Amino acid sequence: MRLIFVFLTGLVFGLGIAISGMMNPAKVLNFFDLAGTWDPSLAFVMGGALVVTFVGYRLVWRRDAPLFASLFQIPTSKVIDTKLIGGSALFGIGWGIAGFCPGAAIPAIGTGRWEVLLFLGAVAVGLALARILQGQPLFSRSANA
Amino acid sequence: METAFTPFASLSGGLLIGFGAVLLMLGLGRIMGATGIMSGLVFAKNTAELSWRAVLAAGMILAPGLIYAVTGNMPAIDVPISPLMIVIGGVIVGLGASLGSGCTSGHGVCGLSRMSVRSLVAVPTFMVTAAITVFVIRHMFGG
Repeated sequence: MRLIFVFLTGLVFGLGIAISGMMNPAKVLNFFDLAGTWDPSLAFVMGGALVVTFVGYRLVWRRDAPLFASLFQIPTSKVIDTKLIGGSALFGIGWGIAGFCPGAAIPAIGTGRWEVLLFLGAVAVGLALARILQGQPLFSRSANA
Repeated sequence: METAFTPFASLSGGLLIGFGAVLLMLGLGRIMGATGIMSGLVFAKNTAELSWRAVLAAGMILAPGLIYAVTGNMPAIDVPISPLMIVIGGVIVGLGASLGSGCTSGHGVCGLSRMSVRSLVAVPTFMVTAAITVFVIRHMFGG
């Protein structure tokens, strides 16, 4: 039951990504190209997603616990440091180069396009690089994400 | 290349993305962060870590096929850049999202809705650097 629920959750998210245009790099890059072929569509994606999540989270948090887990696992850190800002700045640079982001590329695997797999392979290399830079062993319990 | 302005499709897709994020919180009490999910898949330490992420990803991956089954068309993917740029961009995305603890879904959708201070810093940061990057590539180097 738990895994069926999770599967359907993934399907809903994936359908949203596919319908929204987020998995199309041309559209993503045009969203950022204010001085050129600007396409503001993705502001509607973010707006729609935020409204539902903002309200939905608050409804869900009225419960004592999730349906299939004992507690809500919500990040509590409030630390604003170089790692957060530098990492986010880098993420934006990479997103602006490739036009794909991980949340769009994972559902996009289903289109069978090789560019998606190339991108995700490169992301995996970047994730591994971050672990090495931070002195974390590649396969251990110290996942920070 | 120009792309069509699609406010209704994008808004509908956005609503579904938000719904997916809410469902994951309802079901497992977790943030829908794609980088964290992928990191957990690639660097999983045990099957408990792996199984829910694998099933979640499987649901996501089925979505384009379902759209194809219903509409007869795959969702559009137009890649206006070279394979080399995909690789360079991908490595930087992975590195940055890991160091910055999140990406568009984790910080953008989930973090902003929680009004997380870290996400309120992270999201404007990556939106601005993405826009600067596109400007530099397209308008200074004419890519």
